[in-house]
Amino acid sequence: MSTSATPLPPAASAAPQPPRPVAGQRGMRSALEEALLPPLVALLIALVVGDILILTFGESPRQVYRLLIEGTWGNPYGLGQVLFKATTLIFTGLAVSLGLRAGLFNIGAESQLAAGGFAAAVAGLTLAAGTPAIIAIPLCILAAAAGGAAVGAIPGVLKARFGAHEVIVTIMLNFIVLAFLNWIVAARMAVPETLHTAEMRAGTVPRLADSMGAFHGSAANWTILVALAAAGLVWWYLERTRAGYELRAVGLQPDAAEYGGVRVGGVWIRAMMFAGALAGLGGINQVLGYKHYYEDAFTGGAGFLGIAVALVGRNHPLGVVLAALFFATLSQGGLAIHALVPKQMVEVLQGIVILAVATSVPEVRRLLRESAARGVR
Amino acid sequence: MIVLAFLIQTLRISIPYLFAASGGVIAERAGVVSLTLEGFMLTGAFTATLGAYYSGDPWVGVLCGVAGGLLAGTLHAIASIRYRADQIVVGIAVNLLAVGITRFFLRLFFESSSNSPRIPGFAGEETSGLFAPFADPLVWLGLLAIPAVAFLIGRTPFGLRVRAVGEHPEAATTVGVNVPRVRYAAVILSGVLASLGGVYLALDQHQFTDQMTAGRGFIALAAIIFGRWDPARAGIACLLFAAAESLQIQLQTVQAIPSQFVSMIPYVLTIVALAGVVGRAVPPAALGKAD
Amino acid sequence: MTLPPASPAIARAIAAVGVVKHFGSVAANRGATLDVAPREIHALVGENGAGKSTLMRIVSGMFPPDAGTIHVNDRDVTGWTTDAAIAAGVGMVHQHFMLVPTLTVAENIVLGHEPSRRGVFDRARAVKDVEALTERTGLRVDANRRVSSLSVGEAQRVEILRTIFRGARILLLDEPTAVLSPPEIHDLWRILRRLRDDGATVVLITHKLDEVMDVSDMVTVMRQGETIVRTPTRDTTPAALARAMVGREVALAGATAVAVGAAPAAPIPFNPAGTTQNRAISRDATPLSGGVRAVSPSAPTLTVRDLVVPSARNVRAVDGVTFTAIGGEIFGIAGVEGNGQTELIEALAGLRRATSGSIHLGAHDITRDPVRTRVDHGLSHVPEDRHRRGLILEYSIADNLVLGAQHQYSRRGVMDRDRIAANATERVAAFDIRPPDASLPARALSGGNQQKIVIAREMKRNFSVLLAAQPTRGVDVGAIEQIHDRLRAARAEGKAIVLVSAELSEVMALSDRIAVMYGGRFVAVVTRAEATEEILGRYMTGAAGTAGGAT
Repeated sequence: MSTSATPLPPAASAAPQPPRPVAGQRGMRSALEEALLPPLVALLIALVVGDILILTFGESPRQVYRLLIEGTWGNPYGLGQVLFKATTLIFTGLAVSLGLRAGLFNIGAESQLAAGGFAAAVAGLTLAAGTPAIIAIPLCILAAAAGGAAVGAIPGVLKARFGAHEVIVTIMLNFIVLAFLNWIVAARMAVPETLHTAEMRAGTVPRLADSMGAFHGSAANWTILVALAAAGLVWWYLERTRAGYELRAVGLQPDAAEYGGVRVGGVWIRAMMFAGALAGLGGINQVLGYKHYYEDAFTGGAGFLGIAVALVGRNHPLGVVLAALFFATLSQGGLAIHALVPKQMVEVLQGIVILAVATSVPEVRRLLRESAARGVR
Repeated sequence: MIVLAFLIQTLRISIPYLFAASGGVIAERAGVVSLTLEGFMLTGAFTATLGAYYSGDPWVGVLCGVAGGLLAGTLHAIASIRYRADQIVVGIAVNLLAVGITRFFLRLFFESSSNSPRIPGFAGEETSGLFAPFADPLVWLGLLAIPAVAFLIGRTPFGLRVRAVGEHPEAATTVGVNVPRVRYAAVILSGVLASLGGVYLALDQHQFTDQMTAGRGFIALAAIIFGRWDPARAGIACLLFAAAESLQIQLQTVQAIPSQFVSMIPYVLTIVALAGVVGRAVPPAALGKAD
Repeated sequence: MTLPPASPAIARAIAAVGVVKHFGSVAANRGATLDVAPREIHALVGENGAGKSTLMRIVSGMFPPDAGTIHVNDRDVTGWTTDAAIAAGVGMVHQHFMLVPTLTVAENIVLGHEPSRRGVFDRARAVKDVEALTERTGLRVDANRRVSSLSVGEAQRVEILRTIFRGARILLLDEPTAVLSPPEIHDLWRILRRLRDDGATVVLITHKLDEVMDVSDMVTVMRQGETIVRTPTRDTTPAALARAMVGREVALAGATAVAVGAAPAAPIPFNPAGTTQNRAISRDATPLSGGVRAVSPSAPTLTVRDLVVPSARNVRAVDGVTFTAIGGEIFGIAGVEGNGQTELIEALAGLRRATSGSIHLGAHDITRDPVRTRVDHGLSHVPEDRHRRGLILEYSIADNLVLGAQHQYSRRGVMDRDRIAANATERVAAFDIRPPDASLPARALSGGNQQKIVIAREMKRNFSVLLAAQPTRGVDVGAIEQIHDRLRAARAEGKAIVLVSAELSEVMALSDRIAVMYGGRFVAVVTRAEATEEILGRYMTGAAGTAGGAT
């Protein structure tokens, strides 16, 4: 009797109605506006501030910006450096945005990145010299992911188990993990007179320059393919898998997710582990692709910049890739303009962009809602 | 003698923490997240250096440092309160901005990427010895900061409103308390107090160096949480963390415990406090919420 | 300024005339009037959504009316602000306490008007002022205690004290007894009477008729945004008030099912005193007592035994509930909100832990099972708050239509998009969800269509038992009809349905048996044939007492 839901005749009040695709398009458009306007506003504000800073140094903004473009996308070396810097930022940006999609603010990408790099280096040091790349590289990549995931799991567990706020825990963990890595490298593993480990015996990834001469001198390497694959995988995970469906549900409405049979605490732990793994993977760019050893403090703020990347990329994997390229361009461009204006200018601009996006997101949403309400009336 | 040296060193180390924590307590009790302490301190240290360098007078440095903190606090307040931006993101942005701006202007004014020229401080070379720190009026001010904030929060009408706004802003609104105004005041005050921590560092070291605050703002935040958002307890936590550092310096020759592990203490204790292993640290109810 | 001509000598405390207020397309007030004399306790009663709170908020200055005028103490104050209202001595005591839990009683009361000496908060004076006030009003509460340590009743006293402290002579209380225990309610009455005797005017919003009879001098009944009755309390009866509150709604919503029971209510005259006789109240509160149709042994059942469920404030929000819902019946749970219905349903659905008792779905003991296991055993749940629980507003209609069954719509961890789309197409058409574009986010739909998504989803699975909590709340009339039809059709298919509704008319229109929940217990279980509004109303308001419990 209860095996099949017999379709009932529509109720009497149900008059047939033509589909209204307009509503769908309008919904899409406003969603797109909501996503794209804040970064554009931020870019404009950054440009204005940038002009002011350049003028205080008595230089011409136009000339400085031209130099910035020429020094980055204008030549293969600059482009290579942009790609190199973007690779790490894609990973850390994905790490932050995956957490945010689950409703968690992961400030710990910096230490997760460091732990991943360290684990990759240890794996490369442990492997026998001459281990074939086909085995060594995947093992080192897995080690990086595992290292980051281990650090990421801690705030997830503490939140699920004790309700400890992940923001504070990840901030505190950054200091703890970085201090621990500093100790273990300095006290146990460092090559004398340095703060880095010995070179890996196996698992290194070739640079782009090895097969494309134009990139000569730049640190760009093939781990960028792993970064792009990770972005695609994160998109697929979020949009196509059941776990992703549940993760997004927890991020949007935890009560509704719980109603839908999702164990919210479990999703928190899983999301933070995956986020940690993504940030940890960022370590392969530096360790497998560039230096071939773990160097203390190699992260240099790339984990924190991941927050900016996630924010500007609006938590969408494609957005994260584009935002990573943007911030990498700024960072590399700072070096290019250093002759005219101190490269520290780009650090100011990074801060301005984050601040402007953060302030304009609620504002844009409010304005769009208001104009939508006016349109209805 | 060694004990006395240890105590005085503890006190010296604790001054920036006490300033920053006293400021952070006010903002957090009003419901605004204080990830910005680090940035406030750095800004204060830099503007104080500018003032002291160009005037030759440390007091002008103090004034300029306070002005810097005021500006940075206002920026945080406008973004968080007027524009309801995510306070965590604002905190990170303000910290990044502080690093970037101080570096940029370090280049602009002093043409260096690492440090400023020497500036005058309160404790000149002539006053040396064990009790030299007490010649610095900022040390006294720093020791007073926590009691002053405890008094402000616990014993004044403004403090009552701060506590109400941080716990239940709607309730405060229904009795006619202007919630945004109280929060503006609290956040700007936190900027001023925290910046004094940076001012002390710069004047004590007679120069500004790049990123000289070195995470002290986060130690202050850890002290606030470990002190469960109570000014007096946060002050004690500051002294405790400073004592650990001081001990580590005293024991440096012995090499008993690696310094890295000593430096972890505040952070580990904070996580322990948050996880509620020994009495749960519960933040103000409205902390981080836009309304 | 126009003085009311009726009584030129006696000022009226509140005179609201022809008040109209719309929220979007919903008319909360449509020509409501309220006439309150000074020094009286005036009860304002009506069902949920009758517009009582809206009218009170307009009087207290929270928002202006679209049309109509408000006079307070014979002064035209239409459209004033809360600040002006407070200055004029009109104070509202909110239903949800507006107190800061971490502050003391005295601190809460003086907040915003703190006494101080040379910039220092004068705590001693605050305490003294508050103690003087408690002395004068008889609202006893320790000024130095933290509000978080107070009982609900004490917290409410603090609310009232604060309103008086700020100079209110006209007190508006919005459902003050909703969270109080009977002794606390008794205390409140004593306080209100004393305030009245000291010269204050009190307007009390409630939908509990026993309270009206207990405490008020005058009563105004509202229904659907209009004022229906204004009468001295001594000239009316609970039965007459209940009829005025519910009006003819029952017959409207009931269609066929009601025909057996309640005769359509007669049109209510403005003063219905004595028009209706109070019927005898059934003492039969035995669960599972007669009147249920014969049931085949294989029919799905939900069996609940001695269930105790805690809530944040109350360790026994559900206090030992026992019942069995059988396939082919709608088991209605009536009651004033906040009597444990929410906790009961959440415990049945697996969203809240029961401290004792058992829940069986057919032969399965699901007492400790997680939500998903219950779903797989055939439990469906239409939650009372669709915006918080029932829908993910940013998700598309199609994705919302599989919430809770996402594991059934995925293969090896990957969502089966074709089946999700096919399901959406079929459900959107079958339930007439508009606009019929399954890619739209649920947020873009009207309340009625959002609820149709929830209903369509929960009635799709091979469910055997459906928990329907407030299934038509905030839904337009056309959709209500449709939802009711669906519930009846499910019953015809042999499903067991547990219906919780704050609308008595809805429970009566649909249910085969009706339990009345009061104070966390079932105080009565009656068959549809035995049920009348008067009987249920008495139980719902606690007037019939809990003495007539299970035999």
